[in-house]
Amino acid sequence: MIIPHPLLGPRDAAEFVYLGDASLIDRPDWQAEGAMEQFHDYGYLRDNPAGQHQELWYHEQGDRSWLVVTRDTLTHEITQVELARDVARARGRDK
Amino acid sequence: MTQPNRIGGGLIDRAKPLTFRFNNKEMAGFEGDTLASALLANGQRLVGRSFKYHRPRGVFTAGSEEPNALVHLRTGAHTEPNTRATMAELFDGLTATSQNHRGSLEHDMMAVTDFLSPFLSAGFYYKTFMWPKAFWEKVYEPAIRASAGLGRLSMQEDPDQYDKGFLHCDLLVIGSGPAGLSAALAAARAGARVILADEDFVAGGRLNSETLELGGMAGHDWAAQALAELASMGHVRIMTRTTVYGAYDHGIYGALERCTDHLADSAGKPRQILWRIYSKRAVLAAGSTERPIAFGNNDRPGVMLAGAVRTYVNRFGVAPGKEVAVFTNNDDGWRTAADLTAKGVHIRAVIDSRDRAAPITLPDVRHIRGASVVNTVGRKGLKSITLTDGQVLPVDCLAVSGGWNPNVHLTCHQRGKPEWRDDIKAFVPGGTMPAGMVVAGAANGAMTLAAALAEGRAQAEAQISDLGFTPAKADPVEAEDEPQDTAAFWYVPESRHRAWLDQQNDVTVKDVKLSHQEGFRAVEHLKRYTTLGMATDQGKTANIPALAIMSEITGRTIPETGTTIFRPPFTPVPMGALAGRARGKDFRPYRLTPSHKWAEEHGASFVTVGNWLRAEWYVQGDEKGWRDSVDREAKTAREKVGICDVTTLGKIDIKGKDAGAFLDKVYANTFSTLKIGKVRYGLMLREDGICYDDGTTARLSENHYVMTTTTANAVLVFRRMEFARQCLWPNMDVHLISTTDGWAQFAVAGPKSRDLLRKVVDKDVDLSNEAFPFMSCAEITVCGGTPARLFRISFSGELAYEIAVPARYGNSMMAVLNEAGAEFGAVPYGTEALSVMRIEKGHAVGNELNGQTTAHNIGLGKMVSQKKECIGNVLSQRPEMIRDDAIRMMGFRPVDRSQKLITGSHFINKGEEAVMENDQGWMTSVAYSPNLGHSIGLGFIKSGHERKGEIVRAVSPVHGTEMEVEIVSAHFIDPEGERLRG
Amino acid sequence: MRYSAFRIFKEGLTGNKGWKPVWRDPEPKAEYDIVIIGGGGHGLATAYYLAKEFGHRNVAVLEKGWLGSGNIGRNTTIIRSNYLLPGNEPFYEMSMKLWENLEQDTNYNSMVSQRSILNLFHTDGQRDAFVRRANAMFLAGADAELADAAALRRELPFLDFDNARFPIKGGLFQRRGGTARHDAVAWGYARGADSRGVDIIQNCEVTGFDIQNGKCLGVETNRGAIKAKKVAVCVAGSSSRVMAAAGMRLPIESHVLQAFVTEGLKPVLPGVITFGAGHFYVSQSDKGGLVFGGDIDGYNTYAQRGNLPVVEDVAEGGMAIMPMIGRARLLRSWGGLMDMSMDGSPFIDKTHIDGLYFNGGWCYGGFKATPASGYAYAHLLAKDEPHPTAAQMRLDRFRSGNIIDEKGVGNQPNLH
Repeated sequence: MIIPHPLLGPRDAAEFVYLGDASLIDRPDWQAEGAMEQFHDYGYLRDNPAGQHQELWYHEQGDRSWLVVTRDTLTHEITQVELARDVARARGRDK
Repeated sequence: MTQPNRIGGGLIDRAKPLTFRFNNKEMAGFEGDTLASALLANGQRLVGRSFKYHRPRGVFTAGSEEPNALVHLRTGAHTEPNTRATMAELFDGLTATSQNHRGSLEHDMMAVTDFLSPFLSAGFYYKTFMWPKAFWEKVYEPAIRASAGLGRLSMQEDPDQYDKGFLHCDLLVIGSGPAGLSAALAAARAGARVILADEDFVAGGRLNSETLELGGMAGHDWAAQALAELASMGHVRIMTRTTVYGAYDHGIYGALERCTDHLADSAGKPRQILWRIYSKRAVLAAGSTERPIAFGNNDRPGVMLAGAVRTYVNRFGVAPGKEVAVFTNNDDGWRTAADLTAKGVHIRAVIDSRDRAAPITLPDVRHIRGASVVNTVGRKGLKSITLTDGQVLPVDCLAVSGGWNPNVHLTCHQRGKPEWRDDIKAFVPGGTMPAGMVVAGAANGAMTLAAALAEGRAQAEAQISDLGFTPAKADPVEAEDEPQDTAAFWYVPESRHRAWLDQQNDVTVKDVKLSHQEGFRAVEHLKRYTTLGMATDQGKTANIPALAIMSEITGRTIPETGTTIFRPPFTPVPMGALAGRARGKDFRPYRLTPSHKWAEEHGASFVTVGNWLRAEWYVQGDEKGWRDSVDREAKTAREKVGICDVTTLGKIDIKGKDAGAFLDKVYANTFSTLKIGKVRYGLMLREDGICYDDGTTARLSENHYVMTTTTANAVLVFRRMEFARQCLWPNMDVHLISTTDGWAQFAVAGPKSRDLLRKVVDKDVDLSNEAFPFMSCAEITVCGGTPARLFRISFSGELAYEIAVPARYGNSMMAVLNEAGAEFGAVPYGTEALSVMRIEKGHAVGNELNGQTTAHNIGLGKMVSQKKECIGNVLSQRPEMIRDDAIRMMGFRPVDRSQKLITGSHFINKGEEAVMENDQGWMTSVAYSPNLGHSIGLGFIKSGHERKGEIVRAVSPVHGTEMEVEIVSAHFIDPEGERLRG
Repeated sequence: MRYSAFRIFKEGLTGNKGWKPVWRDPEPKAEYDIVIIGGGGHGLATAYYLAKEFGHRNVAVLEKGWLGSGNIGRNTTIIRSNYLLPGNEPFYEMSMKLWENLEQDTNYNSMVSQRSILNLFHTDGQRDAFVRRANAMFLAGADAELADAAALRRELPFLDFDNARFPIKGGLFQRRGGTARHDAVAWGYARGADSRGVDIIQNCEVTGFDIQNGKCLGVETNRGAIKAKKVAVCVAGSSSRVMAAAGMRLPIESHVLQAFVTEGLKPVLPGVITFGAGHFYVSQSDKGGLVFGGDIDGYNTYAQRGNLPVVEDVAEGGMAIMPMIGRARLLRSWGGLMDMSMDGSPFIDKTHIDGLYFNGGWCYGGFKATPASGYAYAHLLAKDEPHPTAAQMRLDRFRSGNIIDEKGVGNQPNLH
């Protein structure tokens, strides 16, 4: 596969390490009520769709960016690639 | 050496005669021959034996679809089993031997299976060989295995080299026949970067096999002219002997180039290159493959595909027989009769299954309409054929044509699903193509020359226009649309004898019928039950006739019946090529420590740690076994001083205003409160609460921390920290850089370590216990100005330091430290002594932090802060993970101190049976402690913290041993830690 | 019809005209006691043991394609019980014992071949881990044997002992391990279940569940609704998709595992061999092909095909331990969907929906588990209690923390 890196252009997927569903950005609040249950769902119940999937890739043999890649799990077509940091900020993550 | 079947003409170079050997018989050929054409020229019809019934077999095709003519090519370690004679280019001195027979090729003793065939029908083995039970592995299976298989590996290491490479292009054209050449010309003339690949050693495809004219010249001349034009353009790469074997995601194709297979010796050059071709677009112009018709004993040497017969006559100047008959269900078969007649080869008759007039007028050729061949005679070479009306024709070659199948294979490597086209009685590409791929020519069902030329050009122009190129103006090449009518005629129902479909695996029409009778009616069931299409040719000539027959029996249409899935590779690829240079010592790169050279010079033995090589011990004097060296090193470090290269530990520099707060998130314990100039032990959890890694982190300044990780996790910890930094807490002011390779780091351990270091550090550095106590750190200089980092930390439990210098000084630093330590009796020590000392001190490493254990298990549960946000602390509190009776890490010593503990033994309470229900835990690490004089161990045992002093059994049934051990503290030496603070 | 050498002889003399279909092709009934979704190895084994051992014959197996078309039809055929953890090892050892009697039990030759499995090790740390594992195997009643490099050199001289990047230090044998003819396993179970009255319905795709008031009453299919007292899902790589129809999210990701076979060769490998310093495992089929595999590709996918980096990585592993296979040719590769669970271990459990049961999360180890999975699932369906060997294979184990993580890599499915 080829991943169009938003900063570096098309890069072979072999340069990357895959983590999984981009919901791993949405780490629960450790102090929330029911935090244990939320962390269970966060850690163990991920999206596994047959179709569009937002997922985390790490450019380990490159610029060490974490990317959020939108890829179809049936065709492997990639339709969007964003810096994970931008996605995290947009989802309201801070310090 | 005469070549009895060599006739005139062809594209071979008669000025370059070659000699070769087949089964030790010397034969002659010419440059431009394949092994198959040369064998035929020499009158060698019997070439091999089939898989199951060991039937005599000869050359059947002229291409990569060959099921029968498989040989061992070359000898010794260079032996290539299962090599298609039809693809092997002839070279001077080539040696080939036939395969899959016991005794000689002519008198194969295994041929007895052919006479037992009524009892060896499809799937017979699923119904027997079950009694007595033990006989399967001992009797039946060895017999089956010995008779199965085809070629033989030499069992020696592959002596050749293989390479890998990467190519990029605008348009990849797969196949260099008329459609491919037309496509390549159109794209190249417009300026697009083109790669033209063909599996053959001469480009041109069927143009080299046919007598059709185009552009007013012979096909092969036109091809040569087109290739010359392409070759003259700098942006075109013509790759013959190159098979594009797979279509992968995003326009990436796998291709195998055979660089030296046509030479007697690869002479140090790579034998083959595995290319990954990155294409923006691709035109598949892979042509089509002729299929046979099934009739009685249609597998004899001398029965060949009609197009192949034409190839041998036109391209190679070889007549596969002296008396030839053609059996066809289509117009194309007639061209074989026409071409052979033109070359003076006698055509006994054309038998056309269709009852209609001849599509080509051949005045001297007998036309038998509406008839079929029902049987043949000639076990080791065709002698005659019998027709439906009973007449017998003496022939030594029968050219069979059942129509042509587009080579759709690569269109199916992703989601493609071929579609049936009834006008050509064949499947054409359908469904979703690989992104960027289009198909042209016969591969797309454009079966005539004119159509192929036009489609190749049109498809290429559409693709490159899409990429922004402007197609060049050029007149279309003149060519004709030759007659192409084909009947849906798959097998001869009047045949009472076995009629072969899969010639290599011996699958016959009867087997398909039996498969249906027993309920294996889906094509995949048919394939799996009968082994149809599972041979080295992947059923390229067999599958479509077989599924057509199945559809006829079931009453379903052919498209309803469907095909099995075509999967990569298109033709087989050697393992050596797929591995490339990553083999032997080059399988993975070596990482060497900065002091590697020094260690080599001082008697080090090295051990593999991940990709690192580390000194495991240093042999001194007349030390005989490793224990002598390790005991000395461990004792000397505790009594005097020892020096160890610990560079392999991961090192991460952490900088920024939020560096401390960030560390609080990634470590289970707190680091923001660490004072400048201090070091703290840190424990890292995974998000699931399991122990992940540990190490020390030092605070060099307000916004600068330096972390060490374990050797094994250096990369992983860094990756996870980047995840935390970018994805979880993206607004923290913190930056990370791995400095593992930037700093050489050495442990200097032992009571004399301070004295030693005082000789090395520069004058302004105060190493006194007051100025630089345990867990201090500082940036200093050594050896007169060399920058260094000094940490007072201790893995050994002794007064100890770790000193880091820029990696380029590492080897010198090792020398300096050892020279400075000489007066104190310093020794270098390796990983084994390091391990002995850490077990003596009860430090957990990979054996204990194995990814299955918690801080609670290690005895560090209290380090996991619940007062701050950090990775893993929430899930670490799940009920089953903090049970009081969970396993705990403890020390163990043998009750009989002379006994040697065994890592991996399990603990069983005294008086209980050694079964899994009674499993109490296991021994994780053991060592002989030279300082205590007996074996010691670490391990996990249930409720260990409450069981100190208890005696349990350490059992190791795999060694057949057990012994009594006492549960003790994991801190065997200096439990109060006085030495390291001294 | 009973299969035997005598029957083959008799049929051979009479033109093989007497062979009967191995299974019927029934129309689905309106209602069954138990409907099993998924006609792969596990589903067919479940049906077989339900009928044979637990007396449930009013059972249907619904298969969306042809029976045996899932991972039972595409795998590297290895059987073994060399697991480590108490949550797994007794289960896999039960499976091994069922394998050992499978052919006599089903009267179908699945070619269970106990030709041994060897796990090579290359470091002291790996050796230590294998000793622990070997002893765990003994505690569970399995067999294990350690061999040092010298012994291996005698037995398998073609391994690379002299020029290896990661020198072979020894290996762990399970002599009872080996291979089985994967398709025949499915066919044997199908034949056994069918002959006991189970309806195996091919080309029948489940499109939804009939769930009312927290109770599952049946399934919707492309061939109409089918009522059932119990619905047992057993669909491996399609687990997430099918259970989503019941409104459930699973601790499972779907990944692709590629597997490979070479052209046929005369016998070279006596048993199964796995590499310890790269991911490569290999055996030789009775037809002569070297059957091998390695890592999953590593990204979520439902595409049933892989990419080149893994192909090359696997080949490198092969050449690293046995450089004599350089001139053997890779004939065919394929990709299967793996239901990769969050700790690498499977689930055989009830769901929170009454009457709906789930079997999945086999990662790429489902083939060897086929008999035990079928047996334990049948036990659960028949008695509503887990089989003792599968008692830890619960869906709620990530809540309790009683995880079964053989590899110790945590909640990252692509590392298991």
